[in-house]
Amino acid sequence: MKQNSKLEFLHNEYIQSLKRESRWVRLYQLIIFVVFFAGWELFSRNEWIDPLIFSAPSKIWNLFIDKIADGSLFLDLGYTVSETVLGFILGTLLGTILAAILWWSPFLSKVLDPYLVVLNSMPKVALGPILIVALGPSMTSIVAMGAIISVIITTIVVYTSFREVDPNYLKVLQTFGATRFQSFREAILPACFPTIISTLKVNVGLSWVGVIVGEFLVSKRGLGYMIIYGFQVFNFTLVLLSLLVIAVFATIMYQLVDLLEKKLIKNGS
Amino acid sequence: MGFLKIDEIHHTYFTKTSATTALSNISLEVKEGEFVSFLGPSGCGKTTLLSIIAGLLKPTEGKVTLEGQPIEKLDNQIGYMLQQDYLFPWKTIEENILLGLKLNNQLTAEKKSYTYKLLEQMGLGGVEKQYPSQLSGGMRQRVALVRTLATEPKLLMLDEPFSALDYQTKLRLEDLVSDTLKSFGKTAILVTHDIGEAIAMSDRIYLFSPKPGQIYKIIHVPDELRSLPPFQARNHELYSEIFQTIWKEVEQVETEQ
Repeated sequence: MKQNSKLEFLHNEYIQSLKRESRWVRLYQLIIFVVFFAGWELFSRNEWIDPLIFSAPSKIWNLFIDKIADGSLFLDLGYTVSETVLGFILGTLLGTILAAILWWSPFLSKVLDPYLVVLNSMPKVALGPILIVALGPSMTSIVAMGAIISVIITTIVVYTSFREVDPNYLKVLQTFGATRFQSFREAILPACFPTIISTLKVNVGLSWVGVIVGEFLVSKRGLGYMIIYGFQVFNFTLVLLSLLVIAVFATIMYQLVDLLEKKLIKNGS
Repeated sequence: MGFLKIDEIHHTYFTKTSATTALSNISLEVKEGEFVSFLGPSGCGKTTLLSIIAGLLKPTEGKVTLEGQPIEKLDNQIGYMLQQDYLFPWKTIEENILLGLKLNNQLTAEKKSYTYKLLEQMGLGGVEKQYPSQLSGGMRQRVALVRTLATEPKLLMLDEPFSALDYQTKLRLEDLVSDTLKSFGKTAILVTHDIGEAIAMSDRIYLFSPKPGQIYKIIHVPDELRSLPPFQARNHELYSEIFQTIWKEVEQVETEQ
């Protein structure tokens, strides 16, 4: 009995120490946040940094309030986020389908190998102007930018993981007389879910790059347009506001993918 | 006429730089309900032969027939158990054991209940909803056996199925597998490099010599041992006698290399 209460005491102690540590971590994270923005404001007010270029948190905040009030921020944000989400889903989906086709036909994969390497090393944003001319200066070409930037690397990474699945799993399926399609559905694809999810995480970042560059080029609307417009009229408060908004939403998307990962891969390991 | 007939099998692996003959002139017959073992050092083509019998690999020469039918034409008559369980970690135990039936569109209520009963017999009732990672190594190998037996194969191939287990689990599983196969009257081929396991479990042992793989000697296990479960066979006085004989043969094989 005495033993038990002692164990319980030690266990509580342990839980307390864990809580204490996580509180300290949070505190320091908060301190960095506050120091960064307070320092920025301070430096800018005293003109230790050029307020024209670096603006100040208070100015950005005021602009933020204005833009919310006239609704223009939501409009731009809406465009950019939907373009990014579409580009990101399209890129990952197409990449996975391409990887599946390559897995299906080893001959095709041998034939296409050098082309994949070339396409992968080429900077995809350089295709921007061609896309805009071909697809028109519209949402379509921006989504295409968001997708094209991630599709080849997804193909390569997912295809590699398809090939690394333990061949004995396939042997098990073959002894049951499974077709190639059944082998793919029962073993290859589920075994590679963790890899596909982790490419999703990379693709979130890549799609933001593609979409922002696309908006630079199309220059009609969206957060990328806000940046290029702010740059042209030398309004860096606008540029920094878009940057901060992008940072927040890119993080949210990343967290959503993280959540998806935890939902999908419960029993892996 | 034999149940399983292996006729003049030759097999050669080709690579860019070499052609390696893995099997040469293998002929043997297995009667229905028999348990035979392929024993030999690694590299003697035991697993290659097993893959050929299972129809996973086409031999360079020769043919294999089961009940007079060429092996390539048969679907699902042969079950295969690997060195490790290879249960799919993302599937529940239930999904794992029903996999063979699902792949062949045979998921009838009758076959399902047969499979659940098998699981029950293996002492694994109530684990259906769990995932493989929640079970011990021995339990997982038993689940793999259920998965193999679920499609009711006529012939069972066991490719060193106990080699990844600890000694006690291995002994217990030997008894279980032997008992299960006997009660269903299944024909089985066991590949192993463990002399004791081969003696304890089989009716006949084929000793292979390597480079190229061929049958070196056939050892008939006496009736006294065959009638006993593996664990008791290991304690029989004849067991150590045969063990010594085979041990000498194996050494002979190795020195000849």
